[in-house]
Formats: sequence, C-alpha cells, structure tokens
Amino acid sequence: MELNRLTAHELIDLLKENKVTSQQIIDALKKRIQAVDSRVKAYVRLPNSLKHQTPNTKDQRPALEGIPISIKDNICTQSYNTECCSEILKGFKPPYDATVIKKLREAGEIILDAKTNMDEFAFGSSTENSCFGPTHNPWNIECVPGGSSGGSAAAVAADEAIFALGSDTGGSIRQPASFCGIVGLKPTYGRVSRYGLIAFASSLDQIGPLTKDTRDSAILMNIISGFDPNDSTSVNTEVPDYTKGLINDIQGIRIGIPKEYFVAGLNSEVKKVVEEAINKLKELGANYQTVSLPHAEYAVPVYYIIATAEASSNLARFDGVQYGSRTKNQKPKTKNQLIEMYKKTRGEGFGEEAKRRIILGTFALSHGYYDAYYLRALKVRTLIKQDFDKVFQEFDCIITPTSPTTAFKIGEKIKDPLKMYLSDIYTISANLAGIPAISVPCGFTKNGLPVGLQILAKHFDEEMLFRVAYAYEQNTPWHEMKPKL
Amino acid sequence: MDYQTVIGLEVHLQLKTQTKAFCGCSTEFGQEPNSQVCPVCLGFPGSLPVLNKAALDYAIKVALALNCQVQEYTKFDRKNYFYPDLPKNYQISQYDLPLSKNGFLDIDLNSQTKRIAIRRVHLEEDAGKLIHREDVSLVDFNRTGIPLLEIVSEPEINSPQEAYAYLTTLKSIIEYLEVSDCDMEKGSLRCDANISLRKKAAQELGIKTELKNMNSFKAVKDALGFEIERQTGLLSKGKTIAQETRLWDVRAEETISMRSKEEAQDYRYFPEPDLPPFIITKDKIEETRKAIPELPREKILRFIKDYGLLENDAKILSFIKKDADYAQECLEAYSNKDKKTIVNWLIGPLLFEANNRNCNLLDLKISPLGLIELVNFVAKDTISNLTAKSVLKEMIDTGKSAAQIIQDKNLIQISDTDSLNSTVSAILKGNTKSIEDYKQGKTNALMFLVGEVMKKSKGKANPKVVGEILKRRLLDA
Repeated sequence: MELNRLTAHELIDLLKENKVTSQQIIDALKKRIQAVDSRVKAYVRLPNSLKHQTPNTKDQRPALEGIPISIKDNICTQSYNTECCSEILKGFKPPYDATVIKKLREAGEIILDAKTNMDEFAFGSSTENSCFGPTHNPWNIECVPGGSSGGSAAAVAADEAIFALGSDTGGSIRQPASFCGIVGLKPTYGRVSRYGLIAFASSLDQIGPLTKDTRDSAILMNIISGFDPNDSTSVNTEVPDYTKGLINDIQGIRIGIPKEYFVAGLNSEVKKVVEEAINKLKELGANYQTVSLPHAEYAVPVYYIIATAEASSNLARFDGVQYGSRTKNQKPKTKNQLIEMYKKTRGEGFGEEAKRRIILGTFALSHGYYDAYYLRALKVRTLIKQDFDKVFQEFDCIITPTSPTTAFKIGEKIKDPLKMYLSDIYTISANLAGIPAISVPCGFTKNGLPVGLQILAKHFDEEMLFRVAYAYEQNTPWHEMKPKL
Repeated sequence: MDYQTVIGLEVHLQLKTQTKAFCGCSTEFGQEPNSQVCPVCLGFPGSLPVLNKAALDYAIKVALALNCQVQEYTKFDRKNYFYPDLPKNYQISQYDLPLSKNGFLDIDLNSQTKRIAIRRVHLEEDAGKLIHREDVSLVDFNRTGIPLLEIVSEPEINSPQEAYAYLTTLKSIIEYLEVSDCDMEKGSLRCDANISLRKKAAQELGIKTELKNMNSFKAVKDALGFEIERQTGLLSKGKTIAQETRLWDVRAEETISMRSKEEAQDYRYFPEPDLPPFIITKDKIEETRKAIPELPREKILRFIKDYGLLENDAKILSFIKKDADYAQECLEAYSNKDKKTIVNWLIGPLLFEANNRNCNLLDLKISPLGLIELVNFVAKDTISNLTAKSVLKEMIDTGKSAAQIIQDKNLIQISDTDSLNSTVSAILKGNTKSIEDYKQGKTNALMFLVGEVMKKSKGKANPKVVGEILKRRLLDA
C-alpha cells in the first residue's frame, strides 16, 4: 500500500486502527518526493530531514494526530524559512507560527519542514514567478500547475503531500486545484485567520485547503476555521462541524448558472465538461436556472486595482532594514544613501511581476488618481458583491467553470500579463465579494488535462459548498484519477 | 505695512495606555532599546494589528474634553512613506474619517478669553526612534506603535503668546484627564506649527511655513517669534515666502529650511484593510462623557462659588491638576468660613516651596490637616508667620508635624510682656542712636529695633507685642 496516495481521512482511520504509523506515512512521502519532485518541483526547500516528530501523547488523540501537511511558502512557520519564493525574503525565519499553523499543531498535525512553491508573493496564476523556478503540472510536465498555490496543488496531485494549505487572493487555491485535478477551497473572508499569512492583498486574502477530496477539505476546515483575536478581520461566528455537511443528497438544491461566465474566452472543451457536470447535478436532483451577475465583466480590472494597491503598501516593509536580503555593501549614513539602499535592495530583491504590481498599485493610490481608480474600484466592488447577494436570495449556490482553460504550457503566457490575468476571470469575483468558493475536479479534456468545477455560496455557507461538492464527488470518478508520473 | 500673524498648531500626544495601540507590548518609557517589541509592532511579515480599546477610550475622552464631535463611524487609514523608524513603511493613522472633529479650546490671555477652533482629533501609531552615531544609525522600536493622538487646531492663533497659552491650556486639560504625561522632553507631547502672515484685513491666507523640532513650549513661542520677524522682513522687501518645512535650531535661535513644498511626499492614504471600520455608539460616547472628571474651567468656577476664592487665586490653584486636588482637600478641611488665610498659604509659601522643588503641591506630602495645624498655630499667635515658613520647610524636608517641630526647637512665641521687657531694655541700652532717630520721626528706627529684639530672642518674640512695648518705652524714654 502506498500511503502517500491516500487521503487524510483514510490515513486517520488506519492510524486509529494502529495499522500504520505516522513515520510510515512520512517515509512514503519522502520516497515519493525523492522519486518525482525533481520533475514536478512542488517543493522549494526540500525536506532535508522530514524527521518524525513525536506528537503529544494525550488521552484524547487530536483529530489529525500524525498526518503530515505541506504548507505554502507564504504562511509563517516558526524558525523555519518562509520566503514567499522571493529573493527579498531569502533566509527569513519567522519568530512565530501563523494562527493556522498553531491550530494544526494543536490538532496533532505534523508540519512538514518543507514549503511548497508559489508565484512570488502570490503574484501570478502559473507558479512561474518564483525565484526558485516553475513548478510542473503532474498531469503534463510541460504545463503549469496554475497558481499562485501551484506547489501545494502539484504536491497533492502528485501524491507528494497528503494535503496542503494554500492562499487565495483571486483564485490562487481554486485555479491550481482545477489545473491539477484536486479539491481547492477558498473560505469566506474572515472564516480563517490571516495572522501569519504574509499579506498580498489584505482585503482579499484567505488561507484554505488543497486536498484530494471533499472530506479532507472539510476536516481541514474544521481545524483552521474560527475567530482569532489576533486578526481583526476574522469573524466571530460559530464554526459548524463541516464533515456533517457531507451529505450525498442535493435534492431540490437551487443552482444559479451565471450567463456572463459562459461567453467568448471560455474554452469550448472546458465548457462542454462543465455543462456535463451541471447536467449530472440536475440528474442528482438539483434545479438550475440561468442567472445574471451584471458587473462580472468589471471583476478583473477592479481586482487589479484593489489587489495591487494593497500589495504596494503591504510590500513596502521589504526594505532591507530589519530582515530578508539587503543589497551588498550598504550601510547608509546619509539620507541619499538610505534611499539608494532602498532602491537597490528592492530592485534586486523583487521579481518582475512583483515590481509590476507594486508600480501599478502605487500609481492607483497616487494623489490625483486615487478617486479615478482606487475609490471607483471600491464602488464597483460593492456592486459586484450586491450582484451575488441578489442571486443568493433565490439560489443556494452558483456554479461556473473554475478557469476558462485547462493548464497551459510553461512560458505560454508569462510574457503577456494581461492574458495571464484573464486566467482568474471566474475566480476573482468570490474574493471581491468575500464569499466562499470551492473547485472540484469535473472531468478532463481530450489531451488529458483536468477541468475544475467552481461552486460559490453565500457568506459563511461553506456547508453548502461541501454538500454539493460531496454529492457530485460521490457520483463521479474524477477525484480518484491519478496522474502518471 | 502691518501684517496679521496666522498660526495653526498640530500637537501629537502619546497616550499612556499600558500597552501599545495595536499589540500587547508595554509602553514604558526609558527601557533598554528594542526590549518592548513583538512581530506586530516590528511590522513582521504576516503580523496584523488589533486596536487597543483603552487607546480608543482615551482618545474619545480627549476629543470630548476638547468639545469635539465624536464620529459614530470612523476608520483607520494607511499613510505610506519610507523611513527606517517606520517598520511597515506605512503608519496606521486616520485620514478622511477621523475619530472626531469641530472642537474648540478657550484660552485666557491678558484677562480676555479667546476661543480657538480645533479641526480634528485623531488616533494613530507612533514611529520608532533613530539614534545617530558617528559611524552608524540605529533604530529603537520601543516607541513604535505607542498610541498617538493628533490634535489639529484651525489657523486661528494670532500670536506666539496665544500659541503658548493654547499649549499650556491644552496640557492642563490633558493632565486633568490623566491620559498622557504631556512631557515634551520625553517626547510624549510634540508640537509642529504652521505660520503665515497676511496684510491686515486681507481675506486670503498668506503662504505658510511649517515649523518643526521645537522641544518645549518656550521653543514654540521663540520659533514663532523668529519666523514672524523673518517673514515680515521678506514681505516688507516685496519678496515672497517659500512654502517649506523649517527646523527650529534652539542654539542658534533661528529656523532653517528643511525641505521645500516640491519635495513634499504623496502619502497615498487608503483605508487600512487590516482593521474594519469602527462604530462608536451614542451610548459609548455618553458613557465616556460621564467619566470625564471636572476640568480646569469648571474647577475654577467651583472654587469661586464654593469657597469664595478670587478668580485669579482660583486660576493659579487650578492650572495643575495635582495642585488643584491638594487645594481642594485643604479648602474642604479648613473649617473657617473665610478661606482667605489658607488660600494665601497655598498660593504663597506652599507654591513657593513646590516651585523650588520643581514639583506640585501634592508631591510636597504635607497632609491638609498638618497644614491647617500649622496655619492655626500662627492664627493663635503660638508662632510667628516667619517662624511658620521655616517650620513648613522643615515639615517638607523631615515629614515631622508642625507641633513636633515647634516643641523640639522650642519655637513657641513669647508674647508675655514681662519676659520681653528685659530683652527690650537690653536692646534700647545698646542702640541710643536709634532712639534719637525715632524721636526725630524716623519710623524705620522702630522697625530696626523690633528686628534687633527678634534677633536676640532667636525669632521667638512676638513681633506685635515687641512693637507695642517699644512704642510705649520710646515715648517714656
């Protein structure tokens, strides 16, 4: 039995029955990583020790005792490098654990002393913007795994991880989950603490699970959700037991299909696969109807103003003063030397896409442009949110493709940022509206690449996502498909 | 050409909350550099701010005491600029929706009251402190994140004296609220000034300069005075004022140009996404309003009304809260209906001793009853006024009671005519010249002789009685 191929809930059962040990799971992962990661490159700092850490022995075994988890390189782990795959954070070892890491440790989780690859500071949709080089899609090594949580998605898809955490600002969990044929959830904004997540765009970021199936996603959400006094934007509402939402029954569920998402730009094969999935849901008893999200077309421009504006400010702290890398031979004494140090440090430390977004965001916030760009974007954001509110008055969930295409070739879009940005056209709105959304595998195109189905629900209704996703999953084989590596 | 001076003041006030504005670090002053820091105030990647409720409470208190309208909906914004003392390279501040606005402060100057409008009072975080050594510059982040109130006046101050009065009055109120140390030397109170001149009767404001680096109220006054002269000089020569920021050089007693308007920064303010907007309920505002203690102006009125103090005396005693607290206790404990005697002691010998010791009345640690005992010894002629002042000094120095000191040092006044007569005789014998002088109408001679008797009695003789004896004896002589 190859333990690394199993899901967390399968392993939990085996551990409970004392049929396996967590060391065996780690060993299996280690073997797999050694076998395939030179091709997939999901991890950026290979787990050189992957040593077994004895979990606390308590009378009550924590929920996830002994299951290893892989973490995206932008979630702080105490004393272990967290670099956002950026030169400027080389060698940064946070002095603290992110709240989600703390919660995972309390649950008995083993945090792998490895981090998964990502686009630098989560800026990208392909994991090509990493200072460590790109990650490869396990389904086709010449393709990207999506991004920015491409390392986490590829690791899970290639069975180099049991499950993983990623972060989603405009689709960074869902789109790579879709490209890699796994389950990726972006929780409601405020559901999961952002404390310890190195911020890209504070009003959009959420940490979420990348898993092999829906049940693992629910299990992980049970652990990481909840109010955190250290995060003022986390919301103090009760966290349900998400595994109870895994019901194989969607009889009478009302599904909205936004017409704006099924237009030019959507790959015809993807469209076909998604339509088949919708038919499947209908078969299972759900009702669907075409709905309208009239401001959908503004999501991408609004996102690229708000996200870059916040990013330009969030990334200002990377200046070479306290931590991370500083340009060589710089001990500024005068003000001009100081400015020179800032410029050189940031010029050398940030990659091209990071620089592009910092400049975009700085411009959008500048005197004389603020009203025309940032303020206007905020207003349209409200309209986009209202579009969803309106639909959710009559519908339980909305279903769309996760991405307009399947995984594209490495290098195909990297020189054309606008093309790249459109890869997130279907995922961005959920972040702008703050609502939860999940991507589940729903089939393949002829060339053997996975397609993702996106389900969106109203604020804090992750249970609806799990219910629909689980029912779909129980009646389709897609989540069981494994890439040949 | 006559010019009118127009000044606006921007005061930054550190709030003395236990912990910082957005994290749990201590705010204590004078600790080892970088010992009171955490990932949040160091701006470490991934850390997030959480507002200290006490800082908000203090801020609301100050805003209400300055007659501001506290806003029900308020939010924080990021003020973006690069500087090594600012770990995130943005400051959490407030921009278009400040905590409060439209207040005022009444100041007294030359027995007239003037109302200065306050534009806004908002909450923000302090930056760290740069320490420049010869070969290197260092940053101390202990100060980073300490809650800071920015209090901005309208440009309605028209002289350095008014500016000075505004600052001292503001400080007095803040001290009453007990929300800040208001210590300019420690930097818990800082003041920048905008100043411009305009032709009398002109409607538009002139071009202003911003003055920084003033480390005392006096420095503010001096810098403004200098700037008025400098700008007057330029304007009267037909030159224009450059809009710029100027630093006060306390040693050279002049302002020097720091940066021009062209170099002014674009702070790119935008709403702080890590802190949701705050709703301050009407109930909360009313609750805070009720918790505001009696402020100097109310105190003055009450001293006049309840204890019959003269306005000026009431003002002197009310300016510093601890003085007022002490005075209040003494006035209450003093059973005479006429409070004049105790008031004279408070604003006379006691304030004199307090000023000498650079402290307030409460710090002298004389219990109100102890003081009243001393005052009553004088009233009952047990000791002279002069002796009483030295007893007071000793009470402060040793903590002993007045009765104890009088007994230990045998200071009881001699009022007995018989025992004084012999001393008087001895003095008269030795000062025949003075007797002659007195007879020729030089009344000073009597004072001299009283003094001699006092000296001889080591201050114990009752000067009133001695005077009477001398007068009688001189008539006989």
